[in-house]
Amino acid sequence: MHDVSATQVTDEHKAPTGFIRKYVFSLDHKVIGKQYFGLALVAVFVGMVLSWLLRIHLAYPTWPIPLLGKFSAAGAPGGVMTPEYYLSLLTMHGTLMVFFVLTNAPFAAFGNYFLPIQIGAEDMAFPRFNMMSFWTTFAAFVVMMASFFVADGPPISGWTAYAPLSAVGGDAGPGLAMGQNLWAISIALFCVASLLGALNFIATTLDLRTKGMSLARMPYSTWAWFVTSVIALLAFAVLLPACILLILDRVGGTSFFIPAGLILSDKLQPHSGGSPLLWQHLFWFFGHPEVYIAILPSIGIIATILPVFVRKPLLGPRALIGSMVAIAFLSYMVWGHHMFVSGMNPFSANLFSVPTLIITIPATILTLLLTASIYGGRMRFDTPALFCLGFISVFISGGISGFYLAQPSLDTYLHATYFVVAHFHFVMAVASLFGVFAGTYFWFPKMFGRMMNETLGKVHFWLTFLGVYCVFMPMHYLGLVGNVRRYSAFVDDYLAPLIPVHKFITIAALLTGAAQLIFFWNLIWSRFRGPVASVNPWQATSLEWSTTSPPPFDNFGAHHPVVQNGPNEYGVEAPDGTDYVMQMAPREGV
Amino acid sequence: MGIDIHPAVNSGPPLIPRELSAGLGSPGSGLAKPERSETGVWIGIFAIVMSFAAFTSAMIVRQGVTPDWRHFALPPILYVNTLTLLVSSITLAWANRQLASVGPQLLGARDRARQSYSDGMNWLYGTLALGVLFVVGQVLAWRSLVSQGLFLSTNPSSSFFYVFTGMHGLHVLGGIAGLVYMICKLARTNGTARTTGLRAMSVYWHFMDGLWIYLLVLLMVRT
Repeated sequence: MHDVSATQVTDEHKAPTGFIRKYVFSLDHKVIGKQYFGLALVAVFVGMVLSWLLRIHLAYPTWPIPLLGKFSAAGAPGGVMTPEYYLSLLTMHGTLMVFFVLTNAPFAAFGNYFLPIQIGAEDMAFPRFNMMSFWTTFAAFVVMMASFFVADGPPISGWTAYAPLSAVGGDAGPGLAMGQNLWAISIALFCVASLLGALNFIATTLDLRTKGMSLARMPYSTWAWFVTSVIALLAFAVLLPACILLILDRVGGTSFFIPAGLILSDKLQPHSGGSPLLWQHLFWFFGHPEVYIAILPSIGIIATILPVFVRKPLLGPRALIGSMVAIAFLSYMVWGHHMFVSGMNPFSANLFSVPTLIITIPATILTLLLTASIYGGRMRFDTPALFCLGFISVFISGGISGFYLAQPSLDTYLHATYFVVAHFHFVMAVASLFGVFAGTYFWFPKMFGRMMNETLGKVHFWLTFLGVYCVFMPMHYLGLVGNVRRYSAFVDDYLAPLIPVHKFITIAALLTGAAQLIFFWNLIWSRFRGPVASVNPWQATSLEWSTTSPPPFDNFGAHHPVVQNGPNEYGVEAPDGTDYVMQMAPREGV
Repeated sequence: MGIDIHPAVNSGPPLIPRELSAGLGSPGSGLAKPERSETGVWIGIFAIVMSFAAFTSAMIVRQGVTPDWRHFALPPILYVNTLTLLVSSITLAWANRQLASVGPQLLGARDRARQSYSDGMNWLYGTLALGVLFVVGQVLAWRSLVSQGLFLSTNPSSSFFYVFTGMHGLHVLGGIAGLVYMICKLARTNGTARTTGLRAMSVYWHFMDGLWIYLLVLLMVRT
């Protein structure tokens, strides 16, 4: 019996030696995690540059941007972008950020790297699916980026690709021919990749937990990735059919989303009877859970990291996990709140409003648990801790505006304004990214064996923290006074007096973006020159801190860890005089 | 690869050698309790159910929103295909029974093991043939629709017919690929390969069967 398993061990756990197998088409979840992280870095850089271009144009609509003029002579003649090209870039900013950054970085990248280690497994349940998942995502990214280089550029229909604009084809405007095709294909590929990834995460969590790793002993980040993968499995399984129907409308001549009698460019469109609202229903049935796909992993990361730096256990672990599950469940009942002004039956608006307001209860419980856990702790203000505190701050700031938007009567006024832009950037984008930053500073030593520079990290935190408030706080006021979103300029109408606010936001956005270059530099510099990390530099408890930095190919070096404790043993008097007990530490008397 | 664990400050050594920990549910332990492949297939089934629920709701909404729905009679060959697929599930179940008994009997009754192996493989080949026959039958159903002048874009009812049968057909093709993979694996090892993959594949196959019955009823009622 032992012989059999021993031979299987050598069969399954040979570390690959060739370059391609080791670094490119790797089956190792750690390499795949890093690949996702790298892809997210590229995507976030492109997305950030796009936001710079958009902001410059909003505040200084007549300024030429010479490089942009060279990049797209049609989209930005003489360097000044056309209103259509503004929408194209806006579409790409949203799409890249939501799919390739907010879904990839906190969920796919960190989840891939740390979920198996945190449950004591050697790899994912299906390493081959895992590899396919990354490379399909990569293909989706390449297809999406290709839309920059086709004749009339990326689509102008926004990251939500509302039909019929997204469905009718080139007659409706620039980017809606080839660009929109590429968009739809890319998102369909992304769905397939995410489904494979989610399937892998769920099977891994269910089947590969090591001895003693009961569900209750899983770290919060593992819980968050697990819950998120369940959401992702069901959400992307709906977006994929939606994309298929969209593609059929575009290339197959069907009429799922295109109504009858549509005349575009003086041409009667050969479609009849489709429902644009159907696309919105399908899209937002995915789209709202997607918000939680972006934020839940970050909540889990923060809940894992915060106690390490507060040096006391998190309050109400079960309430915290219960809240995450409740949010996941409720996320499927609220999609209609994105459609209050879409011509939906006003009665259903009320129906969607109630669960939306209910969802604030678990979200508030989460936030209060995180905040209250700080009380009475001995806080260590290392960079990951700062980003934890920053996360709580921006999550609250963004969450509060949600109370208003959840109500149809108020949303009718605010929906198409910058108030919504402020809301979702705070609560979804910035909060999720703060989780990614906290995770990066926290886990970098484990992933690369070197510490990141603390001084640069703190400078990065303060500039980013103040920066995002300067960028997004004023947008609330813009929205309240009626500054519509999705417009490319506000020069000669009632919004002209608001231009100074836009200028302020633009300057803040440029500076905040520039501050991210510190982060990029810190990543590169620390990768090669950072001080060598010990096994457990932060004195944390979860399993990844019991193995080398970085971990060996099979994570625990031919051994299965045995888990004796929960992840929350901080602020205790350990036998060896420290104040924490690792998950693998033997219990007394056992 | 150097295997070098430095225990952190107070983490004792509760690492157990892998050979002794078989059955802990980790890759490589041949006795892993929960079968990953089956778990994976069940999770996949959840996603597929969700996808077809989305298609179904799209169909109901689309039919309700505009009075342009044209009903048409389903091609009769669909009922033959249904029977084909149902029978293929039965043959697959028989194959499973035969092949599952191969491993344990190898030591004692070699002849009987060989007999169940070859029986099981024959049932698998039969299942494969029926699966291919089903896909061919679905293509014939499409051709029958085309000959009536019902194309993908003719009417939402025909659009949804093609979407449903096409998506289901793709998934069946996936099942056929899995079946071919299992047949190759079993043939290479003379039936001694672990049959968990086959069990997982069978769950998927039976699910495709059930899904088709659902789709057939849906199409009968709606189109």
